[in-house]
Amino acid sequence: MGKGPDTSHIDVRYVADLARLELSDDEIKRYEEQLGDVLHYVDQLGEVDVSGVDPTAHAMPLTNVMRDDRESPGIQRDDVLSNAPASLEGGLIRVPAVIDGEEGA
Amino acid sequence: MAVSAGTTNHETFIRKTTIHKTFKEQEGDSHAMTGALHGYEAIIGLEVHIQVRTSTKLFCGCPNRFGGEPNTRVCPVCMGYPGVLPVLNREAVRKTLGAGLMCDCTINTYSKFDRKNYFYPDMPKNYQISQYDLPFCRGGTMPVSGVGLSGGEMQSKGIGITRIHLEEDVAKSTHFGSYSGIDFNRAGIPLMEIVSEPDMRTPDEAYAYLTGLKQIMQYAEISDCDMEKGQLRCDVNVSVRPVDQTAFGEKIEIKNLNSFRAVHRALEYEIDRQISDLREGASLRQETRRWDDALGMTAVMRVKESAHDYRYFPEPDLMPLEIGTDWRNEIQDSLPERPGVRRDRFVAHYRITPYDADVLTQDKLLADYFERAVAKGATPKTVANWMQTELLRELSDSAQGIAESPVAPEALAELVALIEDKTISGKIAKDVFHIMFATGKAPSVIVEEKGLKQVSDDAEIGVFVDRALAENPAVVEDYRTGNKKSLQFLMGQVMKFSRGKANPQSANRLLKERLEASEG
Repeated sequence: MGKGPDTSHIDVRYVADLARLELSDDEIKRYEEQLGDVLHYVDQLGEVDVSGVDPTAHAMPLTNVMRDDRESPGIQRDDVLSNAPASLEGGLIRVPAVIDGEEGA
Repeated sequence: MAVSAGTTNHETFIRKTTIHKTFKEQEGDSHAMTGALHGYEAIIGLEVHIQVRTSTKLFCGCPNRFGGEPNTRVCPVCMGYPGVLPVLNREAVRKTLGAGLMCDCTINTYSKFDRKNYFYPDMPKNYQISQYDLPFCRGGTMPVSGVGLSGGEMQSKGIGITRIHLEEDVAKSTHFGSYSGIDFNRAGIPLMEIVSEPDMRTPDEAYAYLTGLKQIMQYAEISDCDMEKGQLRCDVNVSVRPVDQTAFGEKIEIKNLNSFRAVHRALEYEIDRQISDLREGASLRQETRRWDDALGMTAVMRVKESAHDYRYFPEPDLMPLEIGTDWRNEIQDSLPERPGVRRDRFVAHYRITPYDADVLTQDKLLADYFERAVAKGATPKTVANWMQTELLRELSDSAQGIAESPVAPEALAELVALIEDKTISGKIAKDVFHIMFATGKAPSVIVEEKGLKQVSDDAEIGVFVDRALAENPAVVEDYRTGNKKSLQFLMGQVMKFSRGKANPQSANRLLKERLEASEG
């Protein structure tokens, strides 16, 4: 999964770039320390002996939670648009220009 | 990853102008298509997105239907409002597993969903729920064979399917230059991503793979695969390399492919372009190009930047899935016979030609129709002929599908029986079929009403034969002096007098008998 953080160091500039955040040098230094602390805290999990535990994708011991394919009511468009920063005639939600061809990341 | 589909006129306009500019900027790019491979081969891989046909979206109860006024088929879940939770649609999972089984995939017994994080307004949550390392299906095959779109024979081979996973479709974006508009009706519709191995070598193979995929999805009622509605979208990866080289060349991704034919054309163009560039000493770079169907060429869209980092992680709002043998078998049992298997069975069991079998199994309903008619006792070869000529022509002329055919398979079987027991001639049968199609009446009723019954009685036919001989002494003389072709004219006369009802074999025999009797 790309160059993710290792346990000793976090590349704040890279993470900020992925989150589209512009940070000052001071902020970068501060977050480096803070996020480093968080990582060290989480690192304690590495000390737990999991040799007898099966890997799982979820903490809850539940699988196959599904619903029937039946329609349920949605919400009115006026409400949808009132929750959007801006809209266009015809009911589209207006957003800043996005680069053509970048759809779906 | 989702691809965009459907463009407004405005959007198309913007795209066209952009491409035009790009084209002008790199006029060195243009070249004449030659189609020659010059010792190179193409490596093609396809990424196909197919919307699953369900009543509702993947994680909420909003309708899964095409179109609708913008932002009217939405709810707090597919709008990504705070505090809501997705609940998985069982039918979408069932159909995705069915798609995998139809393609000979292995079904993962343990599967889960993951978050794919990215910044783009087509997903209101800033992530798309997709599947990363444990997709529902992996390792399948799609067989291709027969005559390709370009007319050449393809070598029979299996195209590998790497994986099939399920994800939510994204919203539709419309670009207006300085801003964009978003319609979330499509956001959350169940979408399968089917990734092929880089196993295809020619545009024909890519076309056949896509056709096969679509056919299977339609057979198993997994998707309608209507490209105009964005139900099937396709991205192509293509590179070229010298045939004796094992390493892949620089991979080019092609987007904006709105039909299978466009895929075929774009590949022909792109393979040719890449080979020409390499032969001229230019080097290729990894990039994304856009196909312009009107210009018939691709143009650079973007050069591959650093690899995307989507920060995938397991979706905490959804529980993992365990796909047991029971459920898998139940789905397997509900699936129809695969088109290829059915085609082979038609050839072996009904003794029709591979070509006929291929045509009849293109569409499941057409194949069903054939088998229903044959089940009524009609000769398979005759049914196959009638379907491919009269039935398909009438359907096409009236712009109807086989499902709407006014002539039921049982009625066609009855018509074939009337021909075979010589109640009517094949020629009259065509007129009867036309009336059947127009009125929905049974063939026997039409034959009765119109008095079309074939005359096989020698005494009755003899009257027409005698008249033909009596009225055409010159032709008779001609025949006797050795011009045996004159018999055809006399036959025509007999058929005319009998208004097409005389049994042709009997008429022919009687004519010959009389001509030769008086000769001696």
